[in-house]
Amino acid sequence: MRLAPGLGFLGGGLLLALLPALHPPAFYETVLYLVFFWVALATSWNLISGYAGYFSFGHAAFFGAGVYTTATLTATYAVPFLWTLPVAGLVAALLGAGAGAVVFRVRGVRGELFALLTLAITFVLSTIVLNTPIDGGPGVFLAAVPVPRWFGSQNATLYLLSLIVALGSVAAAYGIQRSRWGAGLFAIRDDEDVAEVLGVPTYRYKLCAFAASCFIAGVVGGIYAIFVTYVTVPDVFSIGLAVDAIMMAALGGTRYWFGPAIGAALVTALTQALTGGQSAILNRALIGAILIAVIVFLPDGVAGGAARWLKRLARPAGAVVVTTARVIALPTRPGAAAGTPLLQCADVRKAFRGLQALAGVTLEARAGEILGLIGPNGSGKSTLINVVSGYYQSDGGRVTFDGHSITGVDGHRIASLGLSRTYQIPRSFRRLTALDNVALAAMFGAPARSREAARREARRWLAFTGLADRAAALPEELNLHERKFLDLARALASEPKLVLMDEVLSGLTPTQMGEALQLVRKIREQGTTVVFVEHIMPAVIDLADRVVVLSYGRVLAEGKPRDVMRDREVIRAYLGRAYA
Amino acid sequence: MPSLNLLGQALLAGLFTGGLYALLGLGLSLTWGLLRVINLANFALAFLGAYLSYQLATALRLDPFLTLAIVVPAFFVLGVVLQLGFQRFGISELVSLIVTFGLTVILESLIQWIWTADFRRLETPYVRATLKVGTLYVGVSGLLGFVAAAGLTLGTWAWLRWSYLGKAARALAEDGAMAAAFGVDRRRLALLLSGLSAAYAAVAGLFIALSHTLAPSQIYAWMGVVFAAVIIGRLGNALGLLAAAIAIAASEALTMAVTSPGWAPLVSFTLLIVVLLLRPEL
Repeated sequence: MRLAPGLGFLGGGLLLALLPALHPPAFYETVLYLVFFWVALATSWNLISGYAGYFSFGHAAFFGAGVYTTATLTATYAVPFLWTLPVAGLVAALLGAGAGAVVFRVRGVRGELFALLTLAITFVLSTIVLNTPIDGGPGVFLAAVPVPRWFGSQNATLYLLSLIVALGSVAAAYGIQRSRWGAGLFAIRDDEDVAEVLGVPTYRYKLCAFAASCFIAGVVGGIYAIFVTYVTVPDVFSIGLAVDAIMMAALGGTRYWFGPAIGAALVTALTQALTGGQSAILNRALIGAILIAVIVFLPDGVAGGAARWLKRLARPAGAVVVTTARVIALPTRPGAAAGTPLLQCADVRKAFRGLQALAGVTLEARAGEILGLIGPNGSGKSTLINVVSGYYQSDGGRVTFDGHSITGVDGHRIASLGLSRTYQIPRSFRRLTALDNVALAAMFGAPARSREAARREARRWLAFTGLADRAAALPEELNLHERKFLDLARALASEPKLVLMDEVLSGLTPTQMGEALQLVRKIREQGTTVVFVEHIMPAVIDLADRVVVLSYGRVLAEGKPRDVMRDREVIRAYLGRAYA
Repeated sequence: MPSLNLLGQALLAGLFTGGLYALLGLGLSLTWGLLRVINLANFALAFLGAYLSYQLATALRLDPFLTLAIVVPAFFVLGVVLQLGFQRFGISELVSLIVTFGLTVILESLIQWIWTADFRRLETPYVRATLKVGTLYVGVSGLLGFVAAAGLTLGTWAWLRWSYLGKAARALAEDGAMAAAFGVDRRRLALLLSGLSAAYAAVAGLFIALSHTLAPSQIYAWMGVVFAAVIIGRLGNALGLLAAAIAIAASEALTMAVTSPGWAPLVSFTLLIVVLLLRPEL
């Protein structure tokens, strides 16, 4: 089963590779060269833009970097053509990595902004190439560059090279999609902040995906330079090139490794069939219309449409709902000795402009306890969770977890130390099934796991939270309480030493709340420390071993729940002076 | 170092070009900032407007400015129809980009089919008319274009800032569902904004026809720099757009005067990169 795509791939590739041996008319090789060219470009674009959701408008820049690397090396320095190709890829990858190293550090640059940044890079690069000796204006002639003759012709060589690059890029896309890296990229596309807190090294993953994407574009550019034999800045650094690649990937389906390849093959074939002869202009308009129709009616592309159709066909056969028993045995994990401090916050401060959300919070959570964090709205509870989990940088103070200082440490590193969280408003990855949502956490949690092991682990946690029969559902198909439990399952699947729960109980019916309380107790029984933020006081009294009360960003009181509830300061903070 | 007079002339050219950038960017900024539609077709629409003005002015011998009386209402309707389509299919920001790219290709083909790929030039008395102010030559069509740009951007800005409808539009952009809950008619307001944006493209088209030679391929020539101005000026902020457009065009013009024309794009796009990295929130 797993071998099938690989074998099909190899077989198809070999067949295509043998084509030049038959000495077909040059026309066929040229058309196929074009198909391979676009397959590689669209697939490479998809690695960063489809998988990670960072929409690149500047693929022409990285393609162009490859074109001019090969052009300069072969024409000026007489480097053998084949040697220039890896260099072309490397130059483009370095350029991408350099840009990414700056751009990916800025939290706000996502989606459309990234698109415009890469667009701007295209213009800057093309201006530099145009005005320096790299090109200088008149273009570069490459007809005299010697090209090895495989199967006896230069055309065949270029054909085979582009075939190799196309197959290589599709294979890379396949490999990435099935790896932890790919799972991380898909999570980044849906919700980057959550992905980071679940342990995905978002910065590194984005950077590597961008560099890989640029590398392929650069190599494609190197082959293109020799194929066209004459390169000019306006031809190479054209927005049209980037937009065509985007269009093909979107048409084929950006969530599938083979989507861009399908789109590229379709559009290239369509263009070849339609743009010959008299009606070339109107046919171009037709291509525009097809693009609109496909993207409007098949937002997930041809591949997405086909997948949905197959799913619908398959559903009647596999409509057996398996409900797993709720009670499952959980292994108790050796951790820090019960009662020793696990999480310590010392004088933690955080301000948003003028608002001092945390004005020096000092508290600790001890291994094995259930700590309730309460306080009026706006007292800084959620901010504290955000600081501890690494989403916010604190302005001052120290946070220590399990003996490690985690002040200012990236969220994914904190996660791998064994700290996880849930969100007040559930934040599931909306394009991943419930199972994949949880599997992601298992994959990147404290013990890192393979995809398969993570899926097995995820099933356990779905069963634990009573969601076993909802494994294949998308988050939007779940109701609020199911999504809250999904959030919880995700937080637990990373096998944390400590889990921070932000109002898991709010909005639940009394029955559901009873179930939730049972869950929290069971979580603690297996050795996980629980810190939970809650407004529902009976639940807090019922559940918590200890309670910390926050008010205006400071610790107002702490102690046993019943003692704290009688504290005059606490009553005043909640209800006002008259009741105290 | 070029003379002071040359620098003055360059700055003036920058001012006028900046006006044109702002006119082209106005519709883009409004639909993107307020409706979350990235309308790439805005550029093709402007060129369609330019060709229509050209056609009406040459075939019917109308005064170029009179052609606006026909083109502007027609484009308003076009913008409304476009938004109706977007609403019918509930189109997201990213999909709007791809759909309007498809539309751009269709419009480009249409223009090429009707007017061919040859260069066209609108010959009117306005094109050559110049005023002499001190030692500077001021082109009349450029000046009029700048006045139109300044008037429309300032008017739009004031409308969005102070009128009830404008406030409703800004509320819509911030939280559509909430604005609707408070009685803002989302759909009709969106239709109005989309219609207005297309109408602005028609005005931009006229001034492109007055100041530039027309060719279908030129549709793509303006995209980069206008996008830069729209973003630097902040989405949906007409006044910011005008300021950014003038700053970009002036810096380009100065670069051209001081170094060579080829280096001009470097300035605007480096500016865009710096702005995006320092103030990334849209």
